[in-house]
Amino acid sequence: MRVTGLWGSARFRGVLYQALVIGGVVALGSWLLRNTLTNLEIRGIATGFGFLGREAGFDISESLIAFTPADTYSRALVVGLLNTLLVSALGIVLATVLGTVVGVVRLSGNWLLGRLATLYVESIRNVPLLLQLFVWYGLVTALPGARQALNPLPGVFLSNRGLVIPALDWSHGWPLLDSPHLAGFNFTGGLTLSPEFAALLAGLTFYTAAFIAEIVRAGILSVPKGQVEAALSLGLSRGQILRLVVLPQALRVIVPPLTSQYLNICKNSPLAIAIGYPDLVAVSNTAINQTGQAVEGVALVMGVFLCISLGLSALMNWYNKRVALVTK
Amino acid sequence: MTTAAAWAKKNLFGSPANTVLTLLGLALLWQVVPPFVGWALIHASWGAGTPESCRQAGGACWTLLAERHRLMLFGLYPYEQHWRPFLAMLLFVALLAISSQRRCWRPWLGALWAAAVVLIGVLMWGGVLGLATVETAQWGGLPLTLVIAVLAIVIAFPMSIVLALGRRSQLPAIKAVSVGYIELVRGLPLVSVLFMASVMFPLFLPEGITIDKALRALVGMTLFTAAYLAEAVRGGLQAIPKGQFEAADALGLGYWQTMRLIILPQALRLVIPPIVNQFITCFKDTSLVTIVGLYDLLAATKASLNDPAWRPFFVEGYLAAALVYFCFCFFMSRYSQWLERELAKGSR
Amino acid sequence: MTAAAPIIELRDVNKWYGEFHVLKDVTLEVAKGEKVVVCGPSGSGKSTMIRCINRLEEHQSGRIVVDGIALGDDLKAIDAVRRRVGMVFQSFNLFPHLTVLENLTLAPVKVAGIAPKDAQATAMALLERVRIPEQASKFPGQLSGGQQQRVAIARALCLKPAVMLFDEPTSALDPEMVGEVLDVMSSLAAEGMTMICVTHEMAFARAVADTMVFMDEGRVVEIAPPSQFFDSPANERTRRFLGKIIGK
Repeated sequence: MRVTGLWGSARFRGVLYQALVIGGVVALGSWLLRNTLTNLEIRGIATGFGFLGREAGFDISESLIAFTPADTYSRALVVGLLNTLLVSALGIVLATVLGTVVGVVRLSGNWLLGRLATLYVESIRNVPLLLQLFVWYGLVTALPGARQALNPLPGVFLSNRGLVIPALDWSHGWPLLDSPHLAGFNFTGGLTLSPEFAALLAGLTFYTAAFIAEIVRAGILSVPKGQVEAALSLGLSRGQILRLVVLPQALRVIVPPLTSQYLNICKNSPLAIAIGYPDLVAVSNTAINQTGQAVEGVALVMGVFLCISLGLSALMNWYNKRVALVTK
Repeated sequence: MTTAAAWAKKNLFGSPANTVLTLLGLALLWQVVPPFVGWALIHASWGAGTPESCRQAGGACWTLLAERHRLMLFGLYPYEQHWRPFLAMLLFVALLAISSQRRCWRPWLGALWAAAVVLIGVLMWGGVLGLATVETAQWGGLPLTLVIAVLAIVIAFPMSIVLALGRRSQLPAIKAVSVGYIELVRGLPLVSVLFMASVMFPLFLPEGITIDKALRALVGMTLFTAAYLAEAVRGGLQAIPKGQFEAADALGLGYWQTMRLIILPQALRLVIPPIVNQFITCFKDTSLVTIVGLYDLLAATKASLNDPAWRPFFVEGYLAAALVYFCFCFFMSRYSQWLERELAKGSR
Repeated sequence: MTAAAPIIELRDVNKWYGEFHVLKDVTLEVAKGEKVVVCGPSGSGKSTMIRCINRLEEHQSGRIVVDGIALGDDLKAIDAVRRRVGMVFQSFNLFPHLTVLENLTLAPVKVAGIAPKDAQATAMALLERVRIPEQASKFPGQLSGGQQQRVAIARALCLKPAVMLFDEPTSALDPEMVGEVLDVMSSLAAEGMTMICVTHEMAFARAVADTMVFMDEGRVVEIAPPSQFFDSPANERTRRFLGKIIGK
């Protein structure tokens, strides 16, 4: 009898708390909504996503798809999204490679390189990314002009016009190497990365690689010593042990935090706005300034980033299920 | 074989691959160190001077710092009042130093914090005790960075406990609200949150009420930090064995008593190192308020380079700002590592 | 023992961990086909000694020769020794991400360059020998401790080693699983395998060992045939240790 009574009252309390919380959230939400609607009306700002179909009227400095100021806001936002995805994807690949190398070097047992790697990791991690972006951007724009471009590798040119690298030309149906060369005051051929893009990519890569290096190191250290000893006693070489025994096990530990670093690259890419690379946030800001429709603009950006993070987490869950150790 | 030679053989030239790595490292050092020393020390210009004198010297222009350090450190704060943010900054550092001592983790520390925050507020704002009023729009430099970072963490902390408890709650609606908030915020870039704070807050508030830019940025940082901090606290809650909950139930303690007397004291001790790490992140992230137009340390450094004559020496300016960030973050991260070991020792 | 050259020879081996002197002038000879059981209190250096034999640990002075190959800095020599010596660990150290069969074929395929088909056939034969062929496609985490240790023994046998080292192979097992592992070891001994076992299973030692070695504080205190070792140990410390462990 008593037990039923207690259970009943605990349930009642639970319902009460929940009702209070939901009531509070709804009240706050409707208050904010009412204020916003009033404010928008006073300022004469339209609501709704109708502006997406209108002419944008501004140009975007770099784009993967054709874009002119006569195109719509929605196309402008797609251009921004593609730019965000491009710099994030390249950053993820480069930061993974650099981070893995640095992480392995820190474990290599070579004292000198180990120290250098530690110096890199500590100095990069403890300085804000935005500051590093300013430095990278300053360095890229302080480079000599195209005619005095630095030429560190054959076919690669560094100048204040950005980074020019050889590209593959598929227009003949098979790949031909298209090397850039100087024509007048600029380069023709090859692939040109703008100074803004190059600085952002460099900043994201070097910053994130320092974190990835630590993740890789911790992952490798998480494999029990006995595993290496067993492999040694079977006569496997150092390289084989790393490839066949250590890495497959370390990856289980590495992948979850690595995914969140990948997400960080995407979430840090909007810092582009500080150096003028037209990513999604930069484009939507221009749109907000022109239309005044801040709520819609911010909501769109949030929606896109939530989709990216949900997508990456789904991918990670799938991977984790696939590699989970089979036990009883 | 002497010990030094033996050490070098083992750590630098142990195998052919190791030798190659060592040589690579030496080549890198040879490429980087001599030019850097030449630039930063030998050809550098020190002390007072002009951009012109720097250009003639050809090396690093530390003159920039001598001429411009006030602007970099204090932003647009009225020049003759700089002693006030300077004092505020010292107070912050002293406060952090005291808080890092375990024997000071007593109830009076909270009171000390409250008093110090009030004192810092008075110093920065003025308007009383004969101090001239300085609007937040004029605040800048390192003191602004410290104010935003420290207040964001301090205000976010109680929020994060509520969120973490909510996420672990058995009640579906409370759990859903907490999870929704945490995951929503963690999925967003800080830049977007700050933009939302600076563009949308004025729309959210009733007509006629405006809040200033620094406060908007602080609210944005706090809302953002609370979500991440909540995950750190949740980590601590999860580390408490189920037996502790069962023992508290068996003693007849209610939910709030269990949390307040049994679970939180243990969990919070565990999460101090992650909280310090979150503070480091928050401190670095404060630089993003530059983007919404505040003059924190980074923006003030950038502003000090606005003069075209000084602009070629941006590396020196940013290097100095980087050093300030590095000192704070590096020592805090070392502290958090040390603390982790200390706390682990204590619990055994 | 046989007059032929010993297959394992340790002479005046010393090892330090920093300041701590773990092995003090250890000298031991093992002939082909000989079964040696090493016992002693924990921390006496017995595990360290057998880990030096396949150079999982480095010794700092003295000589270790395995099947005519002296162990030193030469990486080729170390590889050669490791292929002649199989090792079984206290904590099994099976690779958790590989199936039982893959655990067994890894070294033959990757180190010895044997065709995967042949390696699998050999592996299945070895699993028959340790009496768990039906577990071949399972993962180590799905097996009991005793089964895991039998797989570990089979894995060590895959490269057809001349010597088997056992480092407390039954210490991490539940009591009811000790027997199945000792059975496999006994049958291995009966087939003439040269073995060095660090173990506290005295009944097994008495039945199987040709030679007993007692270590204490990094030194070899006594070397004797089991009959003499158990019934009339020469050294006072051996007597005390046996008294504690057997309770006589």
